[in-house]
Amino acid sequence: MIIDLQKFIANGRPFWNELEAMLSRLEAEPDLRMPLRQVQLFHQLYERTAADLAKITTFSSEPETRRYLENLVARAYGEIHETRDQQRRIFPLRWFFQTLPQTFRKHIRAFYLSVAITLAGCAFGGLAIAFDPDAKPVLMPFSHLLQDPARRVAEEENATTDRLAGHKTEFSAELMTHNTKISIFTLALGMTWGVGTIIMLFYNGVILGAVCVDYVHAGQTKFLMGWLMPHGVIEIPAILIAGQAGLLLALALIGRGTRAPLAARLREISGDLATLIGGVGVMLVWAGFIEAFLSQYHEPVIPYGVKIAFGFVELILLGLFLARSGANQKPETKDPDA
Amino acid sequence: MKTSTLFIRTPEGIVFSQLLAGPVTRFFAWFIDQLCIGAAMSLLSSLFGLLGLFSLNFAVALNVIAYFVVGVGYGIFFEWTWRGQTIGKKLFRLRVVDGEGMRLQFNQIVVRNLLRFVDELPAFYFVGGLTCWLNRKCQRLGDIAANTVVIRAPRLAEPDLDQLLAGKFNSLRQFPHLAARLRQNVSPAEADTALQALLRRDEFDPVARVELFGELALHFRAKVEFPAEATDGVADEQFLRNVVDVIYRSPAKHPAAPQLH
Repeated sequence: MIIDLQKFIANGRPFWNELEAMLSRLEAEPDLRMPLRQVQLFHQLYERTAADLAKITTFSSEPETRRYLENLVARAYGEIHETRDQQRRIFPLRWFFQTLPQTFRKHIRAFYLSVAITLAGCAFGGLAIAFDPDAKPVLMPFSHLLQDPARRVAEEENATTDRLAGHKTEFSAELMTHNTKISIFTLALGMTWGVGTIIMLFYNGVILGAVCVDYVHAGQTKFLMGWLMPHGVIEIPAILIAGQAGLLLALALIGRGTRAPLAARLREISGDLATLIGGVGVMLVWAGFIEAFLSQYHEPVIPYGVKIAFGFVELILLGLFLARSGANQKPETKDPDA
Repeated sequence: MKTSTLFIRTPEGIVFSQLLAGPVTRFFAWFIDQLCIGAAMSLLSSLFGLLGLFSLNFAVALNVIAYFVVGVGYGIFFEWTWRGQTIGKKLFRLRVVDGEGMRLQFNQIVVRNLLRFVDELPAFYFVGGLTCWLNRKCQRLGDIAANTVVIRAPRLAEPDLDQLLAGKFNSLRQFPHLAARLRQNVSPAEADTALQALLRRDEFDPVARVELFGELALHFRAKVEFPAEATDGVADEQFLRNVVDVIYRSPAKHPAAPQLH
């Protein structure tokens, strides 16, 4: 097709310029709500520019104009055909009390799977320590866990100085960042079709099971509960939720039982992954504080009963939060399983 | 098949393309970003160092948290506020966009940045680079999970043709119908090759320059057969200038050659 290029550009340029101005405005003000007439105009300009692109594509020797029109059409296409909500504004309280627990419940089966894998690891670690105590250095390669539990309890209870004095905030920050990194890693390993996530959860379970059996076997159950419960009732569920997110990613990759293409499956869960890992981050900040400022202090400084009771209260509140919070509000996004 | 271009077809049947960024360019952009993160951390460490005069414990804690937050949040912050670009990506003219041409969402940015934890394994983004190299859309694992692609966003600007072609008489313009046919027959790649050859003419060795323009002129002469009076006595390089002038410049911008009626 032969077209008069100069006339074509002269005729089209006012419309392209107008579309470009509208796009720049939309990009600069994402919350902008245009009146109906302007929306119609925007759509007309997009269609006109798209038609011009189709024309110029057949007219081969004008690469700059074609590239310019492609850029315009690509930007307008994203604005017009996008059906997902704009997310410029963040409402932290609504996100925390509504979106997070709703998202957790929406994918509860992935959470149960995460719990089951961790429990399997716990059983393995516990049985391994019970039947082969010499395997301790292999199962728990951490110096502070290799010590005899009874000896450690005696040392901690008879300590005359605060070993964390002057370092508590630093210790707390290290715990928060380390655990958050591990959680993100657990989520990210979902990209290995879940194999990496399963290994992380199982290994975490192995350590937990081995430590518990080691201390219970040594008659230090009360110390164990007082030591682990204040931070563990938040930290362990946080890792489980990170595992839930990793398994969710893996399930979307595998795509069993759905005909939706991979991109659509991943698009469906990306918001939920971000929500879950955000929640994990908040939980681990809390757990980091508690572990540094409370969990490391034992009798006679803080009675075990107080620490265990505190842990139980946290556990009940966390359970209620995840099970009930936001239950009466309408979810912001449609449930893909519904 | 792996290509360097992503084609998106709209429901209206229009196809537009995005140039995909390769792993090497992306690695350089990432390297710049690492330098920026390092610089930001040095600055923050100095500030926290001052705070350490009052409480060393608090200063170290802030440093630990800042290192984590800056490391993880750098990409998320810049890609969200600069619509898919970080400092490194801006320098190399790269941009993160939605894999299907839609608007880039905050969730996608979060997911693609968190997945770096796997992509950077075991070191220097080996897993991510390998995936990017093998993937049809040059996506690393984080891009696949977030359904994003990184595109090249070259500056959209007309070359300064007036300077390149100024003051030259164009014999081809004496035959407007043939000039129009030449514009019709030349592909974008051919037009770009001719233009680039002219723009870089001073970079070639003299012999290579003569050979190159000879071959190009031969190629373009075969596209449309102009009468002898338009081409006789015109050097190859000048002929190519005339071709580029016909393709890229409107007759109004150019001092009109005598028109045939």
